[in-house]
Amino acid sequence: MSRAVLLCVVGLAAAVAYPLLVPNYLVTIGMLVFFTAFIGQSWNIAGGFAGQTSFGHVVFFGTGAYTSTILQVTYGWNPWLAWPVAMAAGGAVGWMIAVLSFRAGLRGSYFALITLAFAEVFRILANSVPFTKGGLGMLIKADPRPANFQFKDPIWIYYLALLLCIVSLLIAWQLTRSRFGARLVAIRENEDAARALGIDVFAEKVKVLTLSGAMCAAGGTFYAQKYLYIDPGIAFGVDKSVEMLLVSMVGGAGTIFGPLIGSFTLMGINEVTRWLASVVPALKNVQPLSLIVYGIMLILIVARLPDGLMSLFRRRPRHA
Amino acid sequence: MFDPAFLFAGVLNGLLAGGIYVLVAVGLTLIYGVLHIINFAHGSLLMLAMYAVFYLWRLIGIDPYAALPVVIAGAFGFGFVLYRLLIGRYNHGRDENILLITLGLSIVIDNVALLFFGGDTQTIDVPYAGTFVEIGAAFLPLPKIISFGASLVICAALGVYMAKSDMGKAIRAVAKERQGARLVGIDVENVFAVSYGIGIACLGAAACLLMPTYYVTPSSGHAFVLVAFTIVVLGGMGSFAGAAVGGFIIGITESLGGLFLGEQLGQIGISLIFILILLLKPTGLFGSKA
Amino acid sequence: MLEVRDISKSFGGLKAVDSASLDVASGEIVGLIGPNGAGKTTLFATIAGFHRPDAGTVSFEGKPITGLAPHRICATGMVRTFQITQPFAGISVRENIMVGAYFRTADRRLAAREAEAVAALVGMTDQLDQRGADLTVAGRKRLELARALATGPRLLLLDEVMAGLNPTEIVEIVGVIRNIRASGVTILLIEHVMQAVTSLAERVYVLNQGRMIAEGTPAAIADNEAVIEAYLGHGAAKVLRA
Ligand SMILES: Nc1ncnc2c1ncn2[C@@H]1O[C@H](COP(=O)(O)OP(=O)(O)O)[C@@H](O)[C@H]1O
Ligand SMILES: [Mg+2]
Repeated sequence: MSRAVLLCVVGLAAAVAYPLLVPNYLVTIGMLVFFTAFIGQSWNIAGGFAGQTSFGHVVFFGTGAYTSTILQVTYGWNPWLAWPVAMAAGGAVGWMIAVLSFRAGLRGSYFALITLAFAEVFRILANSVPFTKGGLGMLIKADPRPANFQFKDPIWIYYLALLLCIVSLLIAWQLTRSRFGARLVAIRENEDAARALGIDVFAEKVKVLTLSGAMCAAGGTFYAQKYLYIDPGIAFGVDKSVEMLLVSMVGGAGTIFGPLIGSFTLMGINEVTRWLASVVPALKNVQPLSLIVYGIMLILIVARLPDGLMSLFRRRPRHA
Repeated sequence: MFDPAFLFAGVLNGLLAGGIYVLVAVGLTLIYGVLHIINFAHGSLLMLAMYAVFYLWRLIGIDPYAALPVVIAGAFGFGFVLYRLLIGRYNHGRDENILLITLGLSIVIDNVALLFFGGDTQTIDVPYAGTFVEIGAAFLPLPKIISFGASLVICAALGVYMAKSDMGKAIRAVAKERQGARLVGIDVENVFAVSYGIGIACLGAAACLLMPTYYVTPSSGHAFVLVAFTIVVLGGMGSFAGAAVGGFIIGITESLGGLFLGEQLGQIGISLIFILILLLKPTGLFGSKA
Repeated sequence: MLEVRDISKSFGGLKAVDSASLDVASGEIVGLIGPNGAGKTTLFATIAGFHRPDAGTVSFEGKPITGLAPHRICATGMVRTFQITQPFAGISVRENIMVGAYFRTADRRLAAREAEAVAALVGMTDQLDQRGADLTVAGRKRLELARALATGPRLLLLDEVMAGLNPTEIVEIVGVIRNIRASGVTILLIEHVMQAVTSLAERVYVLNQGRMIAEGTPAAIADNEAVIEAYLGHGAAKVLRA
């Protein structure tokens, strides 16, 4: 235990010192690692701990991004104020999808597919309704002031991402040591047994998807504020859903550090392929290569290493 | 907008598109019905087959329709081997696992396509592309009609194969009762591999029939995967009749959706049908179990 | 304590349980026996809220509980185990039992302590850190028992906890069940094997083809012609007498 605490302290110190020591582009990469770990954790809470595999988690991400952006751009809200509203909206969408799907008794693959379809409906709507400005997307006026949730120096957005990531780790850690978390794991492992032992399976699943939706929506707002632009393809596209699922699965679904490790790995592979592309002209197409590696890793991990890369670090059962 | 002639043309166009969807969905429903797995790589494999058709035409000049036997055979072999090497090893246990593995497979296929074929949209200019046939008030492109007919013929041939051939009977036996089939001496693993191969062969055929009027990009798989799932869920997972009826319904929905709601919003019909069926009647129109 | 009245449950055309009734009084160990496929598990599942009965009523400690969801029935103080064991495979025995213990407390330490106490009662102390998936059949049966017990029930419904065990293991688990009863928990247990029940139960019900065909002390049941016929086939009673 104390060794784990020591590791966490050292890791935290390194994460805090890191942006002070490296050039800006590496700061941004670090920011992306923590941000992706954060939205990955939002997936992991529902998909990893509770076993409710989702293929459409981006629906929450996009809901958050659009809610805060619309409040800000159309109604002149301060983005910091819009942030909790965006989270509430993401939570509400999570609640709605959960109530509809779990009332209908959808499980496993069917749940995964219906989340994909929900994300698709949201994408098409965002493309079509006037208040999202359709396919043109929405621009947030650049006005870099901290009070405005925009930062000139990438170091601040880095620290904000780090903070989000830490909060998400704390939430996951809490799940490993709380009754709520134990119930989610029980539901993942065997719904019938969970039910027999007095767990209101439906209610717990609704709760976790609401929580997960709110978290993921927080990531959506963060993203919009970082890039100051969203469109339906970014906010509701399948790529982000896959990314969240991938980092969790690869790092270790249902583990505290899985999404973070997965996110590190993804970014590492990205950078290596980017570097390869710069030295080997034949490989100038970077993006596909890293995703190919990632797809293969997903297959290998589902097939051979169900606890993800995390299981390489320890031998105990999950959530012990 | 609500001119009946317009509507008629829309329905006809939808029917024609639906005819090819049927083929895609039959492959998916066959795989589900026999193996009880959801093949998330279905769209990506179709995209790959479409590239095969495209390059056969581009490099060797083979007409897409003439390529049918080659592509069907190649797709069957590809599916068979894929099953033996990957799918078959993991199609037991939690059902999400095989979904995730086929997701991984689709990620790999999509990006391999992007790497090798580039992101550009590719089309085949068949000489008869500009020929139109007038039916009532509707002008329909000749290749769409040919493809529609060919699709129905292929589906019918598959139906006869399933009903009459020894392998077809074995497949149906395994779909119904795999333990029982094993007991009477059927090589169930082989039936699985063949079924998966046939499912992918259907995609090969669909690719040949699509290419004269459609385009392909590495992300084409995405466009088809939800369509195929919707058809199969609508018709009832594992049901052939369902896949056929579902294919036409979805084709028409898509066509009329585009007509009345516009290019963008028109696509919403498919996703909504998918969601509503899963929520309200997960057994679909013809299925027996969810 | 438990009153089951005229419960019927069909699957498609098959009447798995046909107007079955039974009573359990507080403090008893009651057996429910019957040949394979008699409908015992279905009756249990219906009592515990996993199936909605086609007809009939269930009440527990005077309160009607017919058709309530399983987690609500668990909250009334009655819990079932599964004949086909359903361990939480990926987590440890301790965590498995804690899921049950969390039913009574949200406190992790209390739940952990409770889990250890229950493990001691069913003789699983040495296996606390094993994964659910790694248990033997006997271990899984005990785990079923332990998890259910950890919810703090007043009535335990045990579905064939002895099936598949060897004679030594059966003797052990019989002792465990006696201890559980001694701690104040009433027990209704299904067994396929008659002998196991005779050594434990004060009263036995016999189910055959969905119908309750007999009720009485184990000795009386062993002599009952209808029961012998149900187990050994038509005419068997006469042959045995002769
Ligand atoms: N979920 C179900 N669906 C259909 N038939 C079932 C189901 N559960 C049990 N049955 C049938 O009901 C009958 C009684 O089964 P069961 O209650 O398991 O008997 P027992 O526990 O006495 O061996 C059997 O014929 C069995 O096949
Ligand atoms: Mg039974």
